Amino acid sequence: MKQTFKRPKALVDIPSHFCPGCHHGIIHRLVAECIDLYGVREKTIGVASVGCSVFLYDYFNADVVEAPHGRAPAVATGVKRARPDNFVFTYQGDGDLAAIGTAEIIHAANRGEQITVIFVNNTVFGMTGGQMAPTTMSGQETTTTPFGRDLKTNGFPIKMSELLTELPGSTFVARAAVNNSKNLMKAKKLLKRAFEVQINGEGFSFVEFLSACPTNWKMTPKQATERVQEEMIPYFPLGVFKGGQE
Amino acid sequence: MAEAEFIKGNEAIAMGAIEAGCRFYFGYPITPQNDIPEYMSRHLPDVGGTFIQAESEIASINMLLGASSTGARAMTSSSSPGISLKQEGISYMCGSQIPGVIVNMSRSGPGLGGIDPSQGDYFQATRGGGHGDYRTIVLAPHSVQENYDLTMKAFDLADKYRNPVLILGDALLGQMKEPIRRRKYRKKEFPKDWTMTGAKGREKRLIKSLYLSEGELTDHNWMLNKKYQSMKREIMFETQFMEGAKLVVVAFGSVARILKSTVQMARDRGMKVGLFRPITLFPFPYAALDKISHSIKNFMALELNTGQMLEDLKLSVGHKKNQVDFYGRPPGSIPSPDELFNEIKKIYKKRIG
Repeated sequence: MKQTFKRPKALVDIPSHFCPGCHHGIIHRLVAECIDLYGVREKTIGVASVGCSVFLYDYFNADVVEAPHGRAPAVATGVKRARPDNFVFTYQGDGDLAAIGTAEIIHAANRGEQITVIFVNNTVFGMTGGQMAPTTMSGQETTTTPFGRDLKTNGFPIKMSELLTELPGSTFVARAAVNNSKNLMKAKKLLKRAFEVQINGEGFSFVEFLSACPTNWKMTPKQATERVQEEMIPYFPLGVFKGGQE
Repeated sequence: MAEAEFIKGNEAIAMGAIEAGCRFYFGYPITPQNDIPEYMSRHLPDVGGTFIQAESEIASINMLLGASSTGARAMTSSSSPGISLKQEGISYMCGSQIPGVIVNMSRSGPGLGGIDPSQGDYFQATRGGGHGDYRTIVLAPHSVQENYDLTMKAFDLADKYRNPVLILGDALLGQMKEPIRRRKYRKKEFPKDWTMTGAKGREKRLIKSLYLSEGELTDHNWMLNKKYQSMKREIMFETQFMEGAKLVVVAFGSVARILKSTVQMARDRGMKVGLFRPITLFPFPYAALDKISHSIKNFMALELNTGQMLEDLKLSVGHKKNQVDFYGRPPGSIPSPDELFNEIKKIYKKRIG
């Protein structure tokens, strides 16, 4: 029988800790598929962040250094400057990248660091138990916005892709979702372009993934995936913001 | 021997770093250490190195973490408030066993404080400084020549122990100019079987400080502690006029430098005063001081703070019927050799007569 689907070489064959319906697993797989596709596994240095994504060091079959909360783009800067021929990526959640690490991501992008940033936006702090994130939607209930996010007192959900697009130093910025097969195929295309930007030495590449967190959203996986489509995509539009196909 | 050159303290640190093979520097401007990033920005490109003026102290220390994780020799420098901001990164570097050289040309605090010389960061430097149970090696130069020499040594120690090494100077040691002699750095090789290079033809590597399985972090902490204990073999100190001394003055860094004149003055006047200068502040020369305390009973700590190294001195010699006195000068002015002489004279009169 012909094998049509298998684990990417860049992923280790172990069970993941992710909750049922979480999109991290899908995004991990996409990143691993791209590492395989471009044959960069032996050149890859991943920078793990703090949050649910930290365990990527167990899942990826590649060198990984762990960064303090929010600091992955600064750590990746140091790694890439010291080893410019390696493929360097960070993988960060919304608390990590868009709250405590805002300065690091903006300046890494603005310096045009030759790194690839995978940003997973699920509108909530996952690992700490569902607190408000900078990307939490208006009215969204979290453990620290028990009455729903009030824009008057909590501010607005931050649009990182749009923000980074404005920086002269960024080369490729895009937002993707993996909530259905159509979006998944598009996401893979965008991620491929992000990889190429680094491999070709074109500059800084950034892909934001809208992701479901059924556990902290207190939803079933099906409901959570529907929420991505109905609530998140209208506010966080998908597509390439900057630096499409060469 | 190289000819003597008239060099500023901060620049001597930068020169020593480049001579020792430092090729990556990350920093953020803060007085009184700006000559270091300025020198590095001008001279690192000549040797194929990289200088980045980071967006913050926090970014600088994390760039250091990243560059050092690849096995490259890298450095950051700052002054007190900036070093406070770097503590998170230093803690992660210790937990992850990543080397790196961190220079604190300290100024005065608390808060924004001022730009005067101060030794108020002694506790922060020697007790870890950030969260968790960890230590960094701390080297305390007292001259521009030592700024140069100890910076070179710092890179070897960092690589040897896979641990950050802190150089603790102050505004005085950074800003003053003295003649120094350069010397050739003799390259030493250290194992690089842990560095981030890409998993080519080998198993993947992981550098982390997160340990969640039961007992794992306990073992990790004991392993680190064993390493910190083993650093004792690096202890360095200097003594002067110890023969027949009845009072030993103990000081490090800039104040020790001033005291060298003071102790000479005391000896000229027939006072039997000796000088003990710790060069490594961690590990602290407890055993050496303890040994001295078998024959000499009177000690006096002098510091540019309200009493920090004093505690280590008491831990060394305070357990017997020794007298440990203290003179502190919080930041705001630098004591002259005469002023220090008067303070020592008071204690000498009281304890010895």
